[in-house]
Amino acid sequence: MTSIKSTSRVIIVVASLILVAGFFVPLWQILMWAPQYPEGLEMDIWYNDITGDVKIISALNHYIGMKHIEVGMFPEFQYIVYIIWFLIGFGLLVAISGKRFMVWLNAGVLLITGAAALIDFYLWGYEYGHSLDPTAAIIVPGMSYQPPLIGTKVLLNFTAFSGPDLGGWFFVIAFCLVILVIILERFFFNWKKT
Amino acid sequence: MNFTSKHYDMKRKTIYRSLFLFGTLALVSILFQLCKPKGPAEVTTGNAASQAYVAPGKYDEFYNFVSGGFNGQMNVYGLPSGRLFRIIPVFSEDPTSGYGFSEETKPMLNTSHGYVPWDDLHHPALSTTNGEHDGRWVFGNANNTPRVARIDLKTFRTAEIIELPNSGGNHSSPFITENTEYVVAGTRFSVPMGDKTDVPISTYKENFKGTISFISVGKEDGKMKIAFQIKTPGVNFDLARAGKGPSHGWFFFSCYNTEQAYTLLEVNSTQKDKDFIMAVNWKKAEEYLAAGKGEKAKAKYVHNWYDEKTHTATSEMLNEVMQLDPTVLKDMVYFIPCPKSPHGCDTDPSGEYIVGSGKLAALIPVFSFTKIQQAIASKEFEGDFGGIPVIKYEAALHGEVKKPGLGPLHTEFDANGNAYTSFFVSSEIVKWNVKSLEVLDRVPTYYSIGHLCVPGGPTRKPHGKYVIAYNKITKDRYLSTGPELTQSAQLYDISGDKMKLILDFPTTGEPHYAEAIPASLVMPNSVKIFKIEDNNHPYVAKGESKTNVERKGNQVHISMTAIRSHLTPDNIEGVKLGDEVYFHVTNLEQDWDVPHGFAIKGANNAELLIMPGETQTLKWKPLTTGVFPFYCTDFCSALHQEMQGYIRVSPANSNIPIKFSTGKTEAPAGATGSK
Repeated sequence: MTSIKSTSRVIIVVASLILVAGFFVPLWQILMWAPQYPEGLEMDIWYNDITGDVKIISALNHYIGMKHIEVGMFPEFQYIVYIIWFLIGFGLLVAISGKRFMVWLNAGVLLITGAAALIDFYLWGYEYGHSLDPTAAIIVPGMSYQPPLIGTKVLLNFTAFSGPDLGGWFFVIAFCLVILVIILERFFFNWKKT
Repeated sequence: MNFTSKHYDMKRKTIYRSLFLFGTLALVSILFQLCKPKGPAEVTTGNAASQAYVAPGKYDEFYNFVSGGFNGQMNVYGLPSGRLFRIIPVFSEDPTSGYGFSEETKPMLNTSHGYVPWDDLHHPALSTTNGEHDGRWVFGNANNTPRVARIDLKTFRTAEIIELPNSGGNHSSPFITENTEYVVAGTRFSVPMGDKTDVPISTYKENFKGTISFISVGKEDGKMKIAFQIKTPGVNFDLARAGKGPSHGWFFFSCYNTEQAYTLLEVNSTQKDKDFIMAVNWKKAEEYLAAGKGEKAKAKYVHNWYDEKTHTATSEMLNEVMQLDPTVLKDMVYFIPCPKSPHGCDTDPSGEYIVGSGKLAALIPVFSFTKIQQAIASKEFEGDFGGIPVIKYEAALHGEVKKPGLGPLHTEFDANGNAYTSFFVSSEIVKWNVKSLEVLDRVPTYYSIGHLCVPGGPTRKPHGKYVIAYNKITKDRYLSTGPELTQSAQLYDISGDKMKLILDFPTTGEPHYAEAIPASLVMPNSVKIFKIEDNNHPYVAKGESKTNVERKGNQVHISMTAIRSHLTPDNIEGVKLGDEVYFHVTNLEQDWDVPHGFAIKGANNAELLIMPGETQTLKWKPLTTGVFPFYCTDFCSALHQEMQGYIRVSPANSNIPIKFSTGKTEAPAGATGSK
C-alpha cells in the first residue's frame, strides 16, 4: 500500500471542495433561440432546482403538447444534494487516508456519478420530448422534441443548445484534478524508487 | 436679272437679320427663364441619405419626444431616422389602448369640469439633474383645459396629471428648473379670479389677472403639487425658461399683450414697441413662502395619478392654492422690455444669456443675467407696470442680433456657443454666435418653421449634432392626401460650419416643441412586463383558478384571465338585461411583448389592451338579450384567432344562475330528451 505525496493530498482536497461551488452556480444550461426570440431563452439546471425562462418555455411548448416543466418533475432533486455531499466527503477521506487505490476509487466514483447524471438527463429528455399530449394544437406527424444531450439541435422554429454550465465545468475540473494526481503519482513522484 | 439678283441678296439679308434677331430673342428669353428663381424643390446633397439611414435591426441614437399638438398626445420618434415608435396617450382618450375608456384610466382625464376627453399638448420638457437630461420623466402641458402631465419614461405612460386653477390656456408650460425642483405653468389668458369672476369682459384692466404656477416635483417619486402661484398684472404669458448655472434660482417668462387688450388682439395687442420678459426670483418666492407671506386662495382643481401596483388611477379634488403677490412682496418679480410680442424666451447653456424672440421684431435682443443683476442692484428702472418694476432695456441688454430674418420664434443651442433661431415668416433657421451676435449661416425650411430642437438644446450640456425643424405648413413635400395633409419635420446636420438638410419626416397631430435625448439614458430603464406578484388590483385573478364571476346588485364583476391562447372564463351565463358588466381582465403572461386585447360586441367605449401582468377593466351594458361574443384583439400567438368566448344575457326577470367556465363541454340540454 503506497501513500501519496502531500501535494497530491492538497490537490484531492481542492478537487473535493470545488464541488461546493456547484451550490452557488447552475450545473447545466439549455439555451433556445427562435425568430421571435433573438435574445434567446435560457433554462438552468442546478443540483436541486430549475431556473431561468422556464415559464415562458413551458408556455411555448404547450402548443406542441409538451409537459409544463416544474421542479416536481425531477424526483432526482430530492437526493442529488446528498450524492454531492457524499462525493465531497469521500474526496476528503481519500486525502486523509492518502492511499493510492483510494485515488483510483475517487476517480471511478466521480466518473460513474457524471455518467449516471448524463444518462438520467437523457432519459428525462427522451420522456419530455416524446410523451406528448394527443390533444395538442400543433401535431407534426413523426416529430418528437427531445432536447439535445450535449450540443445543438434544431426543433421546428427553435434552435436548442445543451451543455455544461459553470457547475458542470467545476465537476469536470474536479475529475481532471483527480486524474492529474493519478498521473503525477504514477509517472513523476515515484520514478526514483522504481 | 441684276435686279432680281439684288432683290434676292436683299431678301437673303433680311432673312439672316430676322433669324439673328429671332435667335438673340430666343437666347435672351432662355437666359431670362434660367434667371427666374427656382421653386423650393430642394434636394439633399452628398451623403445625406446615409446620415439619416438606420439599418434594419439597428437602433436610433436619440429619442425625439415630439408634442402632438391638437392630438393631445406625446409622439416618440427615433433620430436620425425619423421613424415613429409610439404615440403616448396623455390628454386625449385613446381607443387603441383603452386609455380614458377603461375604468382604471378614466380618472386620469377627470378635471374640475368633469371628464375632458381631448386637449392640445404643445411642449414636452424632459426632467433634468444638474441642468442635464436624466431620462426619468417627460412633462407635457394641456393648453385648453390647463393641466400638466408627467410621463414616466420607464413605462412611457402618463403617470400623473395636475390641473391648474386661475389659468386660461396653459401655454407657458411645462418648463423646468435645473434639478426638476419645479415645473412652471404660466397662463396664456389672464382671467378674472377669486370671488369676482362674473364681470364684464371690458373690465379687463381692473379685474383680469395672470398667474404663474410653480409645481413642485417629488425628488424620488416625481409627485406634483402646486407649491405656489405668483399673481401678475393681466397680460398674456407665452413661453418660459429656467435659469441655469449662475442664473439658477431665476425663471424667465415672455409676455405679450401688455396693451391689456381683450378684443381683436391681432391689432390691439401689437401696438406697443416693446412688451416684456418677466424675470422671477423663485428662490426669493420660496423664502416668502417659508416666512408665511403667502395667501391661501380658494380654488377648485384636480390631481390625478396612476398607481402601477393597483394598475388604477385616482382623481382627487383640491380646494385651495397658495398665492404670492409681487406688488406687496418686493424683489421677487421684474419686467424687462423686449421688442414686439416676444414668443420664445430661451436661456443659453451657460445660463448667462437670455434670448427673447419678438415674433414681430426685426432683431433678436440678447439679455445678460449679470447685467440684469447689476441693473436691479443699482435700481436702473424706467418705471413700473402694475406695481412691478421695469428694468431699463439697455441696462439688461447684452446686445442685439441685427437683421437675422423675419418672425423669430424660438432658439436652441449647441455646445459650441452657437444659437439656432427659427423664423416663421422667412421660413428658415439662422445660426448665430451667442457672444459675438454674428449671423453665421442660414437654411430654408419647408415651410414656415415653428419650434426647433437640438438634442439636449435647452440643457447645460447640449449634444448638438442635429437641429430638427417642426414646420407649420407642409404643402407639396409629400404625396398629397386631400385637403388635410401630414405634418412635417426636417432634420439638419449641424456638425459642420454649414447646416445641411438630410431628412424630411412626417409627424402626427401638430408638432410644436420637441426634445431629444440620447437613447442610452432611457432605453436601459424601459420596463418589459409588470410583475404579476406585484399586481394589487382589487379584481386581479393571479391564475386561472382565481377567476370569478360575482354579482353585486345589478353589477356583474368578472375576474378574467388572458394567456396564450384562451380567456378564462370563456363561457359566462346568468347576466340579465339591465346589468352592468365589468370585465376585469388580467394578462397572466410574464414574457416581453405579449399583450392581450379584449373587445366585446356592441361595447359603447373601446377595447382594452392589457400588458403582461396588468389588469384592466371594460364596462359593458348590454341593451338586448342574447349571446354576445368577445375575443382577444392583439395577435398574440399562433392560436390567437381561437382566443374567444361567449357571454349570455337573459331577460331581467329570468332566474338563470351565474355560471362560468373554460374548457368544459356539456351535453346539449335537448340531446338527452325523450325518444
